[in-house]
Amino acid sequence: MKQILKIIALLVTISAMWIGLLEMSVVPQNQTWLLPIYFIVSLGCYGFLMVGIGLMHFPTCPHEAVLLQQDVVEAKHYLKQRGVDVASE
Amino acid sequence: MEDVRPEGGAGDKYSLIVPTYNERLNIALIVYLVFKHLRDVDFEIIIVDDGSPDGTQDIVKQLQQVYGDDRILLRARPRKLGLGTAYRHGLKHASGNFVVIMDADLSHHPKYLPSFIKKQQETGASIVTGTRYVKGGGVHGWNLMRKLTSRGANVLAQTFLWPGVSDLTGSFRLYRKSVLEDLINSCVSKGYVFQMEMIVRASRKGYHIEEVPITFVDRVFGSSKLGGSEIVEYLKGLAYLLVTT
Repeated sequence: MKQILKIIALLVTISAMWIGLLEMSVVPQNQTWLLPIYFIVSLGCYGFLMVGIGLMHFPTCPHEAVLLQQDVVEAKHYLKQRGVDVASE
Repeated sequence: MEDVRPEGGAGDKYSLIVPTYNERLNIALIVYLVFKHLRDVDFEIIIVDDGSPDGTQDIVKQLQQVYGDDRILLRARPRKLGLGTAYRHGLKHASGNFVVIMDADLSHHPKYLPSFIKKQQETGASIVTGTRYVKGGGVHGWNLMRKLTSRGANVLAQTFLWPGVSDLTGSFRLYRKSVLEDLINSCVSKGYVFQMEMIVRASRKGYHIEEVPITFVDRVFGSSKLGGSEIVEYLKGLAYLLVTT
């Protein structure tokens, strides 16, 4: 099944549950009406939260840049000895 | 069809495909580092150069003198023809049963190759993909804006595509050759959306995908900044994958 159909199916299921809630009036109706808005707002919050958490814990590796620089020096030295023209940047 | 040869045997050969354009220094460094880190492994490096004017091909010929032209294969093309077709071109000349795809700009460090191979042998996976977003991985040289767009793109993709891998746009990957051939023929995107399409389609086709942490060092600071057009391309790619996979 295409991904878009899966997502639509999910949304339809959620809508069906919502309509069910409206019909059965388990929760007071005026609150049930607001549920889709809660849903959208919480989805948005989830998105921002995930981006925020991701940003805060963004894995960085400054020491890798240093190690790479060492590798570059080592490689240039080796290759120069063997006649590979690595002089020009 | 899955290739069912025994794993971890001595018969495995790895073909590294490295597309280049004006990478005369970097390609030399990469070749040196590959030979340094892949000892006791049967491999070949296939360099697909798109007619670089800076003499990349001359350097490759010098490297062939040092390491042998059976280990370093130069498969040049006359002009810049794009990344997707570069892989296809390299794949035609690959003699290994596994193929590794990596960038030539040294953001993909060859020291991770052994962990790709080890992971594949341990799990029997068809694809091992490098991820920057797990413990042991990381990025260096990105500004806040670049990190923000990367994170936003990732959250969008994870929410809507459920891809099953943590790093969709990274392109440092090991593929079983038959799997790469299958995937490359079913992917149509360009640029880095192509990398995303490859891994999403692989996931949908039910291929066994494993991840290994890699670090990604952007040496030219800010070179990979994302402009508005890249963001639009990304969103179009996302929508395309939503309706076609």
